[in-house]
Amino acid sequence: MTSDALAGSSPPDSPGRRALAGLYRRGRLQLALLLAAPTGWFVVLYLGSLALLLVSAFWYLDPTTSSIVRSFTLQNFGTLLSDPVYRTIALRTVFIAALVTVTDMAIAFPMAWYLARAAAPRTRSVLFMLVLLPLWSSYLVRVYAWRVILSPGGLLDWLFGLVGLPNLSPGFSDVSMWIVFSYLWLPYMILPIYAGLERIPQSYFEASADLGARGWPTFRRIALPLALPALAAGSIFTFSLTLGDYITPQLVSNTQFIGNVIYASQGVSNNVPFAAAFAVVPVLIMAAYLLVARRLGAFDAL
Amino acid sequence: MQRHRVLSLLPAIAVLAAACSGSGSTAPSNAAPSLGGGSGPASAEPSVAAAAPTIGPGEGQLNIIIWAGYAEDGSNVPEYDWVHPFEQQTGCKVNAKPADTSDEMVTLMRQGGGTVYDGVSASGDATLRLIGDGDVAAIDPTIFPDFANVAPFLQNAPHYVVDGKHYGVPHGWGGNSLMYRTDVVTPAPTSWNVVFDPTASQPYQGKITDYDSPIYIADAALYLKAHDTSLGITDPYELNQAQFDAAVNLLKQQHPWVGDYWSLYSKEIDNFTSKAVVVGTTWPYQVNTLVGSGVPVAQVVPSEGMTGWADTWMMSSHAAHPNCMLMWMGWMLTPHTQAEVAESFGESPANPKACDLLNTGVGPYALQDFCTAYHVNDQSYYGTIAFWKTPIANCGDSRGTTCIDYSEWTSKWTEIRG
Amino acid sequence: MGRWLLRIATAAGFLFLYIPIGVIALYAFNAQRVQAWPIAQYSTQWFTAALNNESVRESFALSIQVGLAATAVALILGTLAAFAVQRYRFFGRETVSFALVLPIALPGIVTGMALNSTINATGIGFTTWTIVIGHATFCIVVVYNNVIARLRRSSRTIEEASMDLGADTWQTFRHITFPIIRTALLAGGLLAFALSFDEIIVTTFTAGTQETLPIWIFSHLRQTNQRPIVNVVAVFLILLSAAPVYLASRLSGSTGVAGSRS
Repeated sequence: MTSDALAGSSPPDSPGRRALAGLYRRGRLQLALLLAAPTGWFVVLYLGSLALLLVSAFWYLDPTTSSIVRSFTLQNFGTLLSDPVYRTIALRTVFIAALVTVTDMAIAFPMAWYLARAAAPRTRSVLFMLVLLPLWSSYLVRVYAWRVILSPGGLLDWLFGLVGLPNLSPGFSDVSMWIVFSYLWLPYMILPIYAGLERIPQSYFEASADLGARGWPTFRRIALPLALPALAAGSIFTFSLTLGDYITPQLVSNTQFIGNVIYASQGVSNNVPFAAAFAVVPVLIMAAYLLVARRLGAFDAL
Repeated sequence: MQRHRVLSLLPAIAVLAAACSGSGSTAPSNAAPSLGGGSGPASAEPSVAAAAPTIGPGEGQLNIIIWAGYAEDGSNVPEYDWVHPFEQQTGCKVNAKPADTSDEMVTLMRQGGGTVYDGVSASGDATLRLIGDGDVAAIDPTIFPDFANVAPFLQNAPHYVVDGKHYGVPHGWGGNSLMYRTDVVTPAPTSWNVVFDPTASQPYQGKITDYDSPIYIADAALYLKAHDTSLGITDPYELNQAQFDAAVNLLKQQHPWVGDYWSLYSKEIDNFTSKAVVVGTTWPYQVNTLVGSGVPVAQVVPSEGMTGWADTWMMSSHAAHPNCMLMWMGWMLTPHTQAEVAESFGESPANPKACDLLNTGVGPYALQDFCTAYHVNDQSYYGTIAFWKTPIANCGDSRGTTCIDYSEWTSKWTEIRG
Repeated sequence: MGRWLLRIATAAGFLFLYIPIGVIALYAFNAQRVQAWPIAQYSTQWFTAALNNESVRESFALSIQVGLAATAVALILGTLAAFAVQRYRFFGRETVSFALVLPIALPGIVTGMALNSTINATGIGFTTWTIVIGHATFCIVVVYNNVIARLRRSSRTIEEASMDLGADTWQTFRHITFPIIRTALLAGGLLAFALSFDEIIVTTFTAGTQETLPIWIFSHLRQTNQRPIVNVVAVFLILLSAAPVYLASRLSGSTGVAGSRS
């Protein structure tokens, strides 16, 4: 398509063209220029801010003057380690995040499989759109809708009543947290798994069937290992989004997550040092998680 | 300390200078007669210009932090709208950001070094923090003719007047009452024991609600003040270690019975509507909304008394739109605005001149003998409410500096919430 | 049997995805301001109220502006980074991917607090641009992943052939390279826009008094004044985005979440 524009024509010489040509020859310079913009931006703005935040975890808030004292101290971490409530909150958050991840994997896998391997092409586009659409309706409104569903005497209890069951709705609790978080991040798990499953050539399944395996063994030995990077990629989102959220716990539960404590701390006379110290917990967890996920190939399956 | 004094005086100086030089042009006002100092008969069209005659021209914008419901624009109930008349008369477009707790308000006020928001409706547990840190400016209240009519016990109240300087103007006051569903909680409760005592709360355990802020520890302390005299609690905000621990333990004991902790009005309103909670602390705004929507609730002032708020409009020391903020302050003091505020929120107005309007009624939440019911002129009643203030180590009495500081309150609150 | 199980599981999954959407749509017709089950009265008043509401229109417009700006920034910087990492070997190559993923992998409150502290410390002031910057940090990786995956599947030889035939670098890019990555840019840009449009946590920390749509929604979910309008807005957003999302999903084929597959 572009050959007509290029073949047989002699482009006019100009300083711009010569400069570009010179850049192309000097690969390293081109590279440096290419990288300068995004990394410059990135280092200065994001990583710098992050480093500043983590450094402030080692400062402390003087209660009498309520101003931040910029001298090195470990007292924030001391408080975190000594007071058992922070351990409880951290463990609760990590546990629910893990539970949500596993739940989403279980729900998303069949859906992604159907989309990737069983649906007709036109159906596939429609279903794909249906997976993405909820992401476009406001996160907050969806959480409030879950309040209507889950609150005692709400929609779920009404449904239970229809079938003759007592009011079993989880109300405002950790169980509700699990349900709502699993719901919110489900599309983020479906998409990478779908992409990963689609990549598996059909010939693999045929070969497996030829060799005598059918159904479950094929799934266990072919599909699952090949989809593992995709599962790891999706889990990055479900895990990290649950780990840091403070809005949903406030609306759907009466327990606190890591995010709530961080948010409350930074809102109390600007006790950013303490908030930063507690923020180190999810940062370290996610950094470790990312390293493991990268090892599993997640970064190529995102 | 020196710097903040100078800075906090600057707006007042500017205002006075403008007044003295005679260049104080007033904001465009409508032609209707003004209420002025409220001495004349109430007119239908209160005027900002008359409420604050000596302030410079408006800057066209006003960014304030409010308790939800403090800047009604008619979108809730059409009769309660004091934002649009203000905008029309001053040209200051009001951008009101609601905050859920005093802590959030303090943080927001400090954003951008105090330049992001021009003012705040601060409760007593935020005012002294803001004053102490130089976040808010001292003003000269005499530039507002309506200030002279503010209830005498509010004109020099210590929560916003420091060293003889006024750091704002009063807005209104009220108590954190006990709300309950009349169809579930019978007989009608008369004491906080229905949320704190194991026996009295027994039928409602799992359906109690608390305000989600460390300052709620004071409510527990207030309860213990009446029910455990051995602790010797006098001021629920100035607690020594033993008193503080007792209050914290009371709340920890209560924690399993709490259905939901609220800081968003809509959470409490929805919870009471669906009967997810049936009894607990509230602000009259929620009671008004629920009753207005036909939900069977009622509020009561329990025998132990209640904590409460006495709110003050304060201006940032680095306000980007100081004139608009001052005009807003003056506007909020006018009897007509005070009447609308009092009725819509359900609080006692700072300016009792609003009573003429309140007794005839302004909108759908009108109450007969409003000012009697809300004790607008009753100084002794005002004295019974334990208004929010920031707990500091200095007990302010013979105990010296052994009281528990607010930072400890916040970390204990995290423990209580679990 | 297995096939029917699969279909049931898929249908159940989609049902799970759409029950709350159904609730939202239902409550857009709730006459009252209190939001509890069951609905006492139905009404369409909130639809007209939403259309007439000036502040929701303004915040919608601001969200669109911020989304477009953040997407533009992400498209440029993400593409540049993708080219650099894909085409050249250099020290620290692996860490670039890792570093770019951080904003989307670390909790939003951490990014938000970090940027907020920096903005306050440097005294820049909270403007629309600080919101855009905050959004762009996690939008870049979405575009980056899309483009780099596409580049991995295409070879360089065609570019070299083009230049052998006399085209300069810009012409090569415009006529050869760009068409190859075009759908990757589309998919990445669309997802970046979606992420920016619905973002609340980082925005809370980087906005001053500006109200993007999620912030408007949050402040109106607190009070009950205009809460029913919020449901109407959510329904409107879904309906509005159905067509573009469908188009994009047809055009770009399958995409990963961050778009690595194209």
